[in-house]
Amino acid sequence: MTRRSDTAITPDASASASASASASARPLLDVRDVRKTYHLPRGQTLKAVDGISLSVMPGEVLGLVGESGCGKSTLGRCLLRLTDVSSGEILFEGQDITALKERALRPLRQQMQMVFQDSYASLNPRRRIGDLLAEPLRVHPDPDGRKRSRATITARLHELMDLVSLPVSALERYAHEFSGGQRQRINIARALALSPRLVVADEPVSALDVSVQAQIVNLFADLQARLGLTYVFIAHDLAVVRQISTSVAVMYLGAVVELGETDAVLHSPAHPYSAALTAAVPRPVVGAARAAPLGGDIPSPVARPAGCRFHTRCPFVQDRCRVEEPALHVIEPGHSVACHFPLAEG
Amino acid sequence: MTAEAPPPPGPWRQALRGLLRNRAAMVAFAVLALITLSCALAPLYARDIARTDPFTSNVAGSILLGRHEVDIMQPNDNPLHLGLSPIGPTGHAAYLLGADSQGRDVAARLLYGGRNSLLIAACAAVLCLLLAAAAGIAAGFFGGLVDVILSRLMDIMWAVPVYLFAISLSIVTVSQGLKLGPFVVEADSLLIPIVIIALVYVPYAARPIRGRVLALRQAEFVTAARCLGVPRWRIVLFDILPNVTTTLVVLGPLLMALSLLAESALSFLSIGVQAPAASWGTIIQDGEGLIYTRPMVAIAPGLAIVLVVLALNILGDGLRDALDVRDSARRSS
Repeated sequence: MTRRSDTAITPDASASASASASASARPLLDVRDVRKTYHLPRGQTLKAVDGISLSVMPGEVLGLVGESGCGKSTLGRCLLRLTDVSSGEILFEGQDITALKERALRPLRQQMQMVFQDSYASLNPRRRIGDLLAEPLRVHPDPDGRKRSRATITARLHELMDLVSLPVSALERYAHEFSGGQRQRINIARALALSPRLVVADEPVSALDVSVQAQIVNLFADLQARLGLTYVFIAHDLAVVRQISTSVAVMYLGAVVELGETDAVLHSPAHPYSAALTAAVPRPVVGAARAAPLGGDIPSPVARPAGCRFHTRCPFVQDRCRVEEPALHVIEPGHSVACHFPLAEG
Repeated sequence: MTAEAPPPPGPWRQALRGLLRNRAAMVAFAVLALITLSCALAPLYARDIARTDPFTSNVAGSILLGRHEVDIMQPNDNPLHLGLSPIGPTGHAAYLLGADSQGRDVAARLLYGGRNSLLIAACAAVLCLLLAAAAGIAAGFFGGLVDVILSRLMDIMWAVPVYLFAISLSIVTVSQGLKLGPFVVEADSLLIPIVIIALVYVPYAARPIRGRVLALRQAEFVTAARCLGVPRWRIVLFDILPNVTTTLVVLGPLLMALSLLAESALSFLSIGVQAPAASWGTIIQDGEGLIYTRPMVAIAPGLAIVLVVLALNILGDGLRDALDVRDSARRSS
């Protein structure tokens, strides 16, 4: 529990915080020691999310990075209560939503939305796009508590198509008629239909062509600026995260190992794992040196190594790392790391 | 980019086009339509063409074939001319396929029997699909205890051989009818075979539906709907059901084929359609005793059953191919 204040990327904790958020602002999303444990046959347990605490301020974009299987998608689903957490608390605008029942959660759903990785699987193949986008508008009353009229819904659908730069004729079509990038635009439009405050984007571009990725990331950035959105942007590609996030949380085996503003984490990573990740990003420079890639695979989360969870692959591993688990601690304002021997500046 | 072209047809229309292009399925459909239509016109045939009443015994009667008056029951053609056999296929409008042991027109009975057989099979298939869809969707979507209870119940039903199950249910109900509070079903009502056949095939249909729903429940678009705050009943109705209808449509003809076979079997054993009404099963039973002398009595309804079952299966295959919209979309993209 003491970790919480350490890990918060709040302006209070950071002298160089963005000026956009006032010092007294309350985090939009506050995650406190959240755990998600799956019980497997033969008494094994899989700790997909292993005690994560972080908070996201309004208007912030938190990039959540890590290899596949590190629990970042599970965390994303937990944040929106699409998966129940095993322990810990999730506060949305100060309200504890961890134990809310589906029905009680429903009004809050308008405030928090998700964009999924698989743009095809997340659209019902048997319903027209217009029908899909209208669904949230039909089930939620408007801000005055009234049922939305058909005309209001149509007007809103046209607005949404405009917002994501798709022709209005797209509303009459089915999901399989679109390209991946277009489908992801549709998914974004649906997520924005109710004007949410928080959008969790679960690897929204990783299934797209590289040329389309940039367009979609730009769309995310553009929408964030125009609508004042807050994102939790899950990705395994640091280049994408660098482009959009204001802060970054690096996850490894279900835990955050480094947390800080984007520049700090990506330019002077303090955790050997973050360093390896940043070194793996290709640089558009002729003859740029590439760091040796990390050896080995990510250990099974069922049999997590003792001590530091990264010690089996860490190039700087020492005896202490094998026995004692490092806690996430602040190394400079707004930058914390879970490593006994954080890397020096540079 | 498909954005500027006129919107292409929806998945249902696309499936219909695919089906229309499938020659085997179209032939099967034509055969079914023809048989159904002829059976529907059975009273017209009996009155205006064959000019007989296929429901009364006519062992002493005679018919006019061309210019000759011929006895319906003919002496056997063994050397001693002992005993009588019903007349064989005449080649005339009257008694086209000959007579059965009671001197009734087999061709007319065949059409009347087809009406009952097809009606029972179709109604049983629809009822079975409704029950199976309800059970399958409930078990698959709600999971947990609901699933355990429904699935185990169906396993128990599945464990009893379908025909034995149907036979035992029929024997009880056919002898005394069914009294459920205010509802009284007469012993000779067609409802009895319909309900029994529908019931015994519920596990057969519910199982694939449950499996489909189980997969759909995990589909990301269902998660997306939950995330949007869509109530569960809306998810079942608008997200799950439209994706299950393809399974239902494909199962329909196959279930009807199975129901037709079950109905014939029950009627053959005298525990389905009750005399004097006919079904293809009862006519085969009539023909059983004449199998050596007048094989046509049993062969004609047997052939009708084979044709219809085959056509239904081909149609079901065609429907399955045509309705696999997502596969065809993936193939073309």
